[in-house]
Amino acid sequence: MTDTQSKELKVREKQEVTSPAEQTTPGLVFTPAVDIFETEKEITMLADMPGARAEDLSIDLRDNTLTLSADIAPVGNTDEENILIEYESGRYYRQFTLGELINQEKIGAQLNDGVLRLSLPKVEKATPKKITVKAG
Amino acid sequence: MIYRRVFNVPSWRFRSPFDELERMRRQMDRLFEDTMSPHQRPRAGVFPLINLTEDKDNYYVRAELPGVKGDELDIQATSNNLAISGERKIAAEEEGAKYHRREREAGTFSRMVALPGEVNTDKVEANLQHGILTVVVPKAEVAKPKQISVK
Repeated sequence: MTDTQSKELKVREKQEVTSPAEQTTPGLVFTPAVDIFETEKEITMLADMPGARAEDLSIDLRDNTLTLSADIAPVGNTDEENILIEYESGRYYRQFTLGELINQEKIGAQLNDGVLRLSLPKVEKATPKKITVKAG
Repeated sequence: MIYRRVFNVPSWRFRSPFDELERMRRQMDRLFEDTMSPHQRPRAGVFPLINLTEDKDNYYVRAELPGVKGDELDIQATSNNLAISGERKIAAEEEGAKYHRREREAGTFSRMVALPGEVNTDKVEANLQHGILTVVVPKAEVAKPKQISVK
């Protein structure tokens, strides 16, 4: 599904996470926008996380729950004064439940220009084995 | 509480019938301010949202542009304006990919940022890293604050 015409991008508010659990470090937490699509072999997830660096990113998959979380690089010097602030910076956090079985060893992740590309290869279906019955 | 004093004696208050309502209204305003303050930020409503800060030598303009490469971005500086425009593209995926969720958007954007003072357009630097654009605009000499010593 591709857009053949370019349209103007509209402003989208960053969605803040309102979770019942309290944060251990102060700061805002946002949910990154993601695209999820699936082919026969794998599930691919693309997440917009501007400001996230590869070393601050943690991807956790356990019990069929995928957790993405990233810290952001600190911005600016302390002696800067604000004139106009239109967006806040904060950490990113999002959780997904995966229905498919994923081959955890082959998960690939790439972070380029603030976009995370996560590829989750599906477990290959076991080839059917023919069982011969010995007549006894 | 708004009330009228009769003969300037505090105990003889002439309460208007709308006092209770005034108090309630003010409390509701305060309640809404606290819960909605991030959304009441003044903004131009144009993509991309920017943060403009300054120190004594430079202005800093920052914007979040994930997935945009440096050569797809066009930045122009005039004497006190900065124009940022470009296009965010989303790469087409292979045939037969089924989308379960589509939250990211692609499109063109264009924005003009008015800078509060004169700037030196020859020395503007822009840096796009991790999806965050930072433009450092040095102030013109005449706009820098000068220390005046008192003899």
